[in-house]
Amino acid sequence: MSEQDKPKHVADENTTESPATRAPEGRAPEKTAPGPKTPAEDAAAATALDTAGGAMQPSAVPVSAQSGIVPGGADTLVRRIFTGSGIVSVLAVLLALILGGLLIASTDKQVGATASYLFARPSDFLSAVWTAATRSYVALFQGSVFNPRGSSVAVQFAPLMETLTIATPLITAGLGVALAFRAGLFNIGAQGQIIMAGILAAWVGFALHLPLGLHLLLVLIAGIVGGALWGGLVGLLKARTGAHEVILTIMFNYIALYFLRYLLNTPAFQRPGESNPISPILDPSAVYPQILGTQYRLHLGFLLAIAATVFVWWLLNRSTVGFEFRAVGANPKAALTAGINVPRATVLVMAIAGALAGMSGVAQVAGTEKVLTDGVAATYGFDAITVALLGRSTPWGTFAAGLLFGAFRAGAVQMQIQTGTPIDIVLVVQSLIVLFIAAPPLVRALFGLNPRKKKAATAGKSKKAATTGGAA
Amino acid sequence: MSTTATSPVPGKPQQGKQQPGTPKSASEKAPAVSAKPVTWKVPVLLAVLGVVAFIFFGVMGPNQTARFGISSSGDFFQLPAIEVPAFLGGIVLSVLMLGLAGYAVYLKTRNEASPGWLPIVFIVLFVAAFLIWVVGGARTPSISLAGLIAGSVTLAVPLVFGSLSGVLCERVGVVNIAIEGQLLGGAFTAAMVATLTKSPFVGLLAAAVAGAVVSMVLAVFSIKYLVNQIIVGVVLNVLVSGLTGFLFSTVMQANKAQFNSPGRLPIIDIPVLSSIPVIGPILFKQSVVGYLMYIAVIVVWIGLFKTKWGLRVRAVGEHPQAADTMGIKVNATRFWNVTLGGAVAGIGGSFFTLVAIDSFTKEISGGRGFIALAALIFGRWNPIGAFFAALLFGFADNLQSIVTIIGTPVPSQFMAMLPYLVTVLAVAGLVGRSRPPAASGIPYVKG
Repeated sequence: MSEQDKPKHVADENTTESPATRAPEGRAPEKTAPGPKTPAEDAAAATALDTAGGAMQPSAVPVSAQSGIVPGGADTLVRRIFTGSGIVSVLAVLLALILGGLLIASTDKQVGATASYLFARPSDFLSAVWTAATRSYVALFQGSVFNPRGSSVAVQFAPLMETLTIATPLITAGLGVALAFRAGLFNIGAQGQIIMAGILAAWVGFALHLPLGLHLLLVLIAGIVGGALWGGLVGLLKARTGAHEVILTIMFNYIALYFLRYLLNTPAFQRPGESNPISPILDPSAVYPQILGTQYRLHLGFLLAIAATVFVWWLLNRSTVGFEFRAVGANPKAALTAGINVPRATVLVMAIAGALAGMSGVAQVAGTEKVLTDGVAATYGFDAITVALLGRSTPWGTFAAGLLFGAFRAGAVQMQIQTGTPIDIVLVVQSLIVLFIAAPPLVRALFGLNPRKKKAATAGKSKKAATTGGAA
Repeated sequence: MSTTATSPVPGKPQQGKQQPGTPKSASEKAPAVSAKPVTWKVPVLLAVLGVVAFIFFGVMGPNQTARFGISSSGDFFQLPAIEVPAFLGGIVLSVLMLGLAGYAVYLKTRNEASPGWLPIVFIVLFVAAFLIWVVGGARTPSISLAGLIAGSVTLAVPLVFGSLSGVLCERVGVVNIAIEGQLLGGAFTAAMVATLTKSPFVGLLAAAVAGAVVSMVLAVFSIKYLVNQIIVGVVLNVLVSGLTGFLFSTVMQANKAQFNSPGRLPIIDIPVLSSIPVIGPILFKQSVVGYLMYIAVIVVWIGLFKTKWGLRVRAVGEHPQAADTMGIKVNATRFWNVTLGGAVAGIGGSFFTLVAIDSFTKEISGGRGFIALAALIFGRWNPIGAFFAALLFGFADNLQSIVTIIGTPVPSQFMAMLPYLVTVLAVAGLVGRSRPPAASGIPYVKG
């Protein structure tokens, strides 16, 4: 983990084309003699590494972010902190929240009213903007972390438990997407994998009647197998036919959804005496126990999500298979030359990714919903992509991102009730966060944090590496 | 159907490059597959489909007579309806398909590739057999072929615009996953502006601008900040969906009359010509957006393959270094092409709110941007191919709603699933070996 925590993209620091160079000091570009190890050369090296000397597409995850050793000259610790990816992530979140706040304010009635006499009394307008934005965000916070108006501590922290509950499927599905990213594959198919897992898990849950313990175990296994098969099929098709996984996974999402809708209209899945497409309720022996008492919805799935995070961390950083995945992601040709079975790795990584997404499906049917409907996957599969991107495709990063987006989702419901701000604002903020995180030079420029290195700045111009390309 | 698309101009270099270039260009392919010039993929796929057709459409075919109406009552002249005994028709067509599959297998044993017409004829036969089977099994085994085709074209309009946007972007080396966002942005802006200005035509223009703006974000992030293009695309879809959803909830819902009641674009009926059976309504009875679609397909095709501009665009998409050496400004070309693509998709988005229904709702594009993406790949990155692929998807979409009305044994969910299944088969089987522009998805860094 520590390796990926601070992937310092060389290119991020060396960019000149970003508005940074046009920033306050306005340095004139000056040519510098290349030293023995200029950042430019490092950047070039990183590019070469990413694209195999331009022979292939750079993978989703830049190679320089994948290994611990990042090319880059000696740097002071302070600068490292302030220009590193950590601070950029924080600033990206901040910036997205500010823009989201402005959007909320722009449609606020009070703001509109004060805008009409903006020039007479601008303070009214500004305070209205501030009130509109903060009111929504305070509601968001109260709905996701801590509600001071609760009657007891348990009630006050109920929102936090709700956040963890909603974060559970986001984390596991996000891990699936992140794992595939690391192997250079875009797994847009978490949605379909969740659905297929949900179908199998729910069927085992309500159709079979087994003893306590064994039943839940079988539900979990069924879900994981369902997701793994659906994901592995994509991997197999990709490995065998060369079809692009983005198209395949998008199509598989729709196929899974219509398959689910079909099943929910068949006697095997539809609840007896029900005309709506909804399955019977899962047996009590087939659902996750609520780990913190019955007043919270938080269930065993959250602990399993933590376990899954540990597993993915181990898989990627400590296992041979994980090494192969990363090697394939970094450079499939080199991996092939090194004797790695690339088709096998492709199938395997998609199957494991599907299995992880499958855990989200289980968390949905056996944890929060306890029935199967055609909304079983909600938008978790698509949110998982942004979660993985925000987490930079590292296991614990994804975990943290899952918690953040879980908080957004949980809080947004409260926000809509209290302030009338539509839930859609969460989508805006989420996507802005990922956009900004994907483009560190933009964020640094906006906050005036660009590295004050003349050499790097000018030299970087010619060899701006493709490494910025990886948000993941 | 897609293969029709491979017009001589783009087809030639593609095939020429494919033979020696296969192992190189398809680095992600399994070595065993890419090493052989002729694979078992097409013969096996055709054989499997042929057997499926023989069993389901033939042996297990319905016993009714399927009736296909061709002329509508207002037509210039009347053509008699086609009546096919479903069982016999299914047997005959599936035997023909098996024959074609056998021929492909025979060619494979002699290590020859199947000719290009073979899959096309096969697909046509398959679709015909499928239609006969579906209609023959219905409660009322009669549909209007003219209505089916005209409806398909209408449903295909946004798909065609979307896939043209994809063509324009990918040909210049930028992957456009944000088609969905461009369509949605176009639809929203068209509704909003058309209502505010009380003119659907202004709305149409505004939709193009909105699509272009979405595209510019894609261009800036992928070209200037070198962010992975697929990531930007995915995120942009979410962003546009969130923005339009937010504004719909806060602005449009509160005051529908003021913000969300654009008039419809009129259907322009060209006299006489529009009364020709079948093709009349398709070609000569469309909205402005519909006519624009035909124009756009032709203009983009001519532009890409017959003009200097197109040559440069394709050079940038295939080999940016070479293009740069020749003095073409790679990143500027990319930027403006992506922007143009967004404008095209934006016009397609206006179809939802100015032609199909006259108001905006959340997620009105309903994932059609992704189908457009599939159409683009199905159509081998060629405007005309993409057009026909989009028509095929529109056809499946329309067929689904029609067969639900006439009542068929096939569950409607499977009909709805069909386009996606076909795409998977197409991507994995028939066009799996087709090649995207070489530099598609790779940011260009000068030097």
